[in-house]
Amino acid sequence: MSDAAQPATETLRRATRVLPYEIAIWAVAVGAAVFFPRYSPLWNEIAILALFALSLDLILGYAGIVSLGHAAFFGVGAYAAGLFAKHVMGDPLAGLAVGAALAGLVGLLTSPLVLRGSDLTRLMVTLGVALILYELANRFDNITGGADGLQGVAMTPLLGAFTFGLSGRVAFGYSLAVLFVLFVIARRLMHSPFGYSLRAIRDNRMRATAIGIPVSRRLAMIYTIAAAYAGAAGALLAQTTAFVSLDAFDFHRSADVMLMVVIGGTGYLYGGLIGAVVFRSMYDVLSGITTQYWQFWLGLALVVLVVVGHERIVRPFRAIGEWARGRFGQKDARAVDARERGGDGTVRGSDGKRAP
Amino acid sequence: MLTILFDGVAYGMLLFLIASGLAVTLGLMNFINLAHGAFAMAGGYLAAQLSSRLGVPFLLTLPLAFLFAAALGALLEPTLYRRLYQRPHLDQVLFSIGLVFMAVAAVDYMFGATQQFVRLPAFLRGRFEIGGVGIGNYRLFIIGVCGLLALFIELFMARTRFGSQLRAAVDDPRVAAGMGININAVFLGTFAFGSGLAGLGGALGAELLGLDPTFPLKYMIYFLVVVAVGGTTTITGPLLASLLLGVADVAGKYYVPKLGAFIIYCVMIGVLLWRPQGLFARAGAR
Amino acid sequence: MTDTPVLALQTAHLQKSFGGIHATQDVSLQVVPGARHALIGPNGAGKTTLVNLLTGILTPSAGTIALHGEDITRMPPHRRVRNGLVRTFQINQLFTDLTPLETLAMVIAERDGIGARPCRALGRRTAQVDEAAALAERFHLADVLDARTRVLPYGKRRLLEIAIAVAARPRVLLLDEPVAGVPAGESREILDTLAALPADVTVLLIEHDMDLVFRFATRMSVLVNGALFAEGSTDEIARDPRVKAVYLGETSLA
Repeated sequence: MSDAAQPATETLRRATRVLPYEIAIWAVAVGAAVFFPRYSPLWNEIAILALFALSLDLILGYAGIVSLGHAAFFGVGAYAAGLFAKHVMGDPLAGLAVGAALAGLVGLLTSPLVLRGSDLTRLMVTLGVALILYELANRFDNITGGADGLQGVAMTPLLGAFTFGLSGRVAFGYSLAVLFVLFVIARRLMHSPFGYSLRAIRDNRMRATAIGIPVSRRLAMIYTIAAAYAGAAGALLAQTTAFVSLDAFDFHRSADVMLMVVIGGTGYLYGGLIGAVVFRSMYDVLSGITTQYWQFWLGLALVVLVVVGHERIVRPFRAIGEWARGRFGQKDARAVDARERGGDGTVRGSDGKRAP
Repeated sequence: MLTILFDGVAYGMLLFLIASGLAVTLGLMNFINLAHGAFAMAGGYLAAQLSSRLGVPFLLTLPLAFLFAAALGALLEPTLYRRLYQRPHLDQVLFSIGLVFMAVAAVDYMFGATQQFVRLPAFLRGRFEIGGVGIGNYRLFIIGVCGLLALFIELFMARTRFGSQLRAAVDDPRVAAGMGININAVFLGTFAFGSGLAGLGGALGAELLGLDPTFPLKYMIYFLVVVAVGGTTTITGPLLASLLLGVADVAGKYYVPKLGAFIIYCVMIGVLLWRPQGLFARAGAR
Repeated sequence: MTDTPVLALQTAHLQKSFGGIHATQDVSLQVVPGARHALIGPNGAGKTTLVNLLTGILTPSAGTIALHGEDITRMPPHRRVRNGLVRTFQINQLFTDLTPLETLAMVIAERDGIGARPCRALGRRTAQVDEAAALAERFHLADVLDARTRVLPYGKRRLLEIAIAVAARPRVLLLDEPVAGVPAGESREILDTLAALPADVTVLLIEHDMDLVFRFATRMSVLVNGALFAEGSTDEIARDPRVKAVYLGETSLA
């Protein structure tokens, strides 16, 4: 290999290295638990939302699938874990596995519906599946508790040692750990050949087929994985709050998670996490002002965000990020940056950020 | 059984009336407008308020609802919608969901969450006997009005100049613009007209469909089904799809109440599995 | 000696109609292994349609296609690639968010059957990355290996376009107007790489540029109005007065 190629292959080889901002984000998350334990139930909620948003990013940011019913998988995971704890055993990890697996299965089974057809049919099918599951949960209320919700979800101590107490500290620790592990797996996935093939599909589907990638099969795989992740988030909710209700399937949940992913940005995995934090904070602030009509402001936020454009809102943050990278970042990153800034400067879409 | 059929047809006709605007918006501007139901709701609420609060006769509220919803559409199209025609479908979906949330919350705030009723005139409250079977006058009226409107739209598209311009613009906007057709005017007019029809449908069908703040969300899936199954290139496609949907839904809820709504979704998914581009779409349609 | 050698690419009475329009009519094409075979024809002759039929993007209305003796008429596009039928595009179809190194490494990984592996990072798979780097060097892309494809100048993009196809180790390579839009100064690099293609790769070249065709191809097929108008060695076609007429428009063909 010539000298010219050496730095490039080195850069690619080290693409998986952890960047400073990633360490910062996780440090903040752990710090929240350590320094502000009083708010543990809130942190727990955010962690669960973050995992749910991550799962949507996997299909929205990486597979380009617009789903109006992602809550379907969340609900399946929640009810599966809740019913498992109620009727089989209360071990959290077992219930988590069951919830994720079942949701993944539903994802796999519905993937042929979602991958065919246009955006419109996709919207319809995803919405329809969520509605069907909602109806099912409603009708079979002898099993699910229907509108009253599933009662009697009792968890045994996590790993035999940590009991889910009222403070919520164990709950948050559990949720954060699950989020972290699943995040690391997703990150690994995105750097693997599989992840690259997804990025290729997203970038230029026609060419992806023309180089031998079985597009539908890969998309079905990521859809299944995303469904399993969403199911895990639902399972966490059921387990940490010891309760499941029909709103696990609700349309609002699907819409909220879309907003989170769009706020944070798609295609670089941290978007969902950031979006979850921002969304939940917004919710806290706004429902303090107006309890009942929070939905109006949510709608307004969506409209403004879309019309003004994610790019324009994010630009000041990205400028800060680039300055920080220029100042503190590696030499090769700066060299590549300089070359890129000399390029054609096309406007990027909502997935503008580079993958970590 | 015939009653159910008529109920279903009336229901389907209303769905068609409302969803036709969505079909045209999608076919013409390639814009997925999930907020379409909100225009229907606007028309419905206007009719309800006018007839029950101000005693305006029902028949008069119908054109007023049309105009009101059309005006709303004419206001929103150039200011907001037009900016998003080139954007990816995700942005359009998020935007229209945002509008729906705003509309739902605003209506809830202004009128509360209870169902709204329209005061039907006496002649619509009766029943009509055909061959021993009783059919509500109201439903007959709906079928009649919607049928006439469907015919009118079909003729309009086929015979008038604006109709030709519209069809040209749907087929290929750039070429149409190049031929001197004012695309912006066509878009504005069509959007306003489609919204107006939705408003009319909302007013006409308030009694049948149920009018409350959650209307746009409740019926979102139905409109999507009509357009996805019926396609966006013809009038008859969405009409037939709506009728099928209406009859199936009413029949399902009557015969199998425990699984009523559920059946519709399964049928819809079944149809799409079989024909992903919809039942009636031409090859190459969106 | 055994029976006649298997054709690299063969179509039999291939037909494609769109309603009343017969885009491809009774095309029976025969390409021998290792050939440098050009497909030429005036604009609108149906060359692109034929390529789309060969690669599987379009399904034929009638007729069959065989790749090295195997019937691929019903085979989905990605499997044809897996079997060695690879194309380039007239208008660059690149992965603009990836770097050339990433792109080529990914194509090679896909070819090697590890494209769906979810564990070890692509960047750490030395075999694929090294091969990608070596290939890039052959295609004069070594100096832009880690730049985002979207910032590359057009000439480099065109080279990458072809490199991607070569990375998939094709048995039959369909080149769709490889020098289209490339300024005269930069086309040299592309022509060099084309000339350097291994002899066992069969090349079907779709081209307008007659200089390139006469320099590169040994056999030619002329497509007019969706049908094969003439076929033969380059010399034969060059001397054929009917072909000249078709290109210059002296005779109109019904």
